[in-house]
Amino acid sequence: MLPVNILMVGVGGQGIILSSNILVLAGLKAGFDVKKSEIHGMSQRGGSVFSHVRMGDKIYSPVIPKGAAHVLLSLEELETLRWLEFTNPDSKVIFTRHRINPSMVTEYPQGVEDEVRKHLPNIIPVDAAQIREKTGNPKYLNVALLGLLSNYLEIPDEAWQAVINKLVPKGTFEKNMQAFEIGKLIG
Amino acid sequence: MEKMVLFGNEAIARGAWEAGATVGTGYPGTPSTEILESFVTYPEVSTEWSVNEKVALEVGLGAAMTGARTLVTMKHVGVNVASDPLFTSAYTGIKGGMVIVTADDPELHSSQNEQDNRNYARAAKLPMLEPGDSQEAKDFTKMAFSISEQFDTPVFLRSTTRISHSQTIVNVEDRVTEGLPEVKFVKNLKKFVMIPAFARARHHVVEERLLKIAEYAETLEINRIEEGDTKRGFITSGIVYNYVKEAFPDAAVLKLGMVHPLPEKLIRKFCEQVDEVFIVEELDPFFELQIKAMGIEVKGKACFPITGELSPDLITQGVTGEKPGKPDIAIEVPPRPPALCPGCPHRTVFTLLHDMDMIVTGDIGCYTLGVLPPFSAIDTCVDMGASITVSQGIEMAMGKDFKNDTVAVIGDSTFAHSGITGLLNAAYNKRTSLIIVLDNGTTAMTGMQPNPLSGEMISGESTVALDYVKLGEAVGMSTNDIKMVNAFKKEEVEEAMKEMIAAQRLSLLVIKGPCILDKKHKKKKNQ
Repeated sequence: MLPVNILMVGVGGQGIILSSNILVLAGLKAGFDVKKSEIHGMSQRGGSVFSHVRMGDKIYSPVIPKGAAHVLLSLEELETLRWLEFTNPDSKVIFTRHRINPSMVTEYPQGVEDEVRKHLPNIIPVDAAQIREKTGNPKYLNVALLGLLSNYLEIPDEAWQAVINKLVPKGTFEKNMQAFEIGKLIG
Repeated sequence: MEKMVLFGNEAIARGAWEAGATVGTGYPGTPSTEILESFVTYPEVSTEWSVNEKVALEVGLGAAMTGARTLVTMKHVGVNVASDPLFTSAYTGIKGGMVIVTADDPELHSSQNEQDNRNYARAAKLPMLEPGDSQEAKDFTKMAFSISEQFDTPVFLRSTTRISHSQTIVNVEDRVTEGLPEVKFVKNLKKFVMIPAFARARHHVVEERLLKIAEYAETLEINRIEEGDTKRGFITSGIVYNYVKEAFPDAAVLKLGMVHPLPEKLIRKFCEQVDEVFIVEELDPFFELQIKAMGIEVKGKACFPITGELSPDLITQGVTGEKPGKPDIAIEVPPRPPALCPGCPHRTVFTLLHDMDMIVTGDIGCYTLGVLPPFSAIDTCVDMGASITVSQGIEMAMGKDFKNDTVAVIGDSTFAHSGITGLLNAAYNKRTSLIIVLDNGTTAMTGMQPNPLSGEMISGESTVALDYVKLGEAVGMSTNDIKMVNAFKKEEVEEAMKEMIAAQRLSLLVIKGPCILDKKHKKKKNQ
């Protein structure tokens, strides 16, 4: 399989690292070469965060080349625009409707979703509040998004299950799998 | 063999463990921190967070002189702190293998500069290996231990942020301890006591050793030519190798696993095979200048940037001139820089410093974010410990015009690392400014490591915590000039600051409040 590139973006504290850990291990379980790149340290203090995940027969760069993301999974509206240069008009974007004001901005920019649609017609908008309602807990949003993402990847369900079981806190596996299934139905 | 997905840092720790290492020392610093945090999880090893990198390297050297295979870890700027013992460790050599990891940070993701520590290998005359993914991080670490013992020298392993913080697949193996040196200190004055007469002789050993390693590098399997399209050839190493393969999968490549010393014959052979040679390296023209000095015509920094990280796109652009298109975004996307966390105990002091309009000499840690609005309350930040000392320089320069309007602000771990000498210097030289220690009970920036002020060791075991009052008294301060206040009581903090600034005597104000993230972290751990 040629490399499949998934760029996950958001804001420090949104749980991108756990999500991308699940994704990369599921890719390994499915038998792919996998690589993932992210940044720790100062940028985690409420700054922009990202995780590049790539899987396929053979992966060289852990960083996705510009324009080559197959899926941009964004947990925050503005962040979607920030990473646009990694996408192309065929990229799918999982667009979470959720706004976090950057620290130095008092008014959140208007028209973000329309602008994203202009560049990326394959947009899958996700209403964060709705998912929270369905899963009963905001903690499961990220796993629900992985469920949605799974529709676009060649990773068998057993691989997802095994990895989610391994990585989520004890006693939350069933709830997380429910969230995963809810996510799958969005796309 | 079991396959795992490991961060480069975890893979280095795994490699050291597989190689039979029993000692690990270091000081936390992004992107190196997780190496020791991972190493400590292996039951057979003895590990410490040292007070600073100089201490870590010296403790490590002592262990290696005794015969233990020893891993020493630090970030790139940490090597500056450790550079004094580093240079002489090349002279003493070792007994048990010693691997010093320098984790460089091209792009300054979490650092104050972007120095290229390959230059240290050259300056200190030590061999250096540079892995390109986690598998190599593990394999090269093991190889570095062997090379260290074979040539009786510490060996550098250079990682970069993208190696340390990328996860790739690793085939893990068992730990092997057979055939390792006996762990016993054997006196050897001419090797371990570097008085001039002995060191003079050792310098010859260092130079001869380097020539031998350069010869060894010619046939070392990690320096390899990958045959391909000979129109363009690339000489590269580390993470950049992967970017080159991504951008030009069919090109001929010379991948250097050992980046110092260089295999001159192998380089000549490669350059003869290809029409045009590109040297692709992040940061300094380290290979380029040496290869040009061999009289070989190559292209390097004329095509690729000397600052920041490289990427497959920048390599394509440098070779072909093709620029990737930039999307035309109609909305201005405001930057989202990191900021002091909501609920951070340090927010109060920076608000006060802002309102009092002081000259604030700052230091290295999360709290450096006090420079950003709405606080805008840090005026200098240079290196670990420089808050306390830069403030003294301002006082000296101003002389009798000094108005006691400077305040040094430093975190607890940074204070232990390099602040204490500055405090001693201030007392000794009769300086008169306020030093504030922001004590949040942990080394927060790098991910909650314990330190000499938090009463806990890397293993989680409790230990003594430095006593600020006794320390202040010991350097000669009067007890009245040392105060501890609660970070969350703004009035107390404000009163203490104003009083101590007005006193115009050297004063130490410790503002205590636990890191908000550490509280969450500890709660999670206890669940």
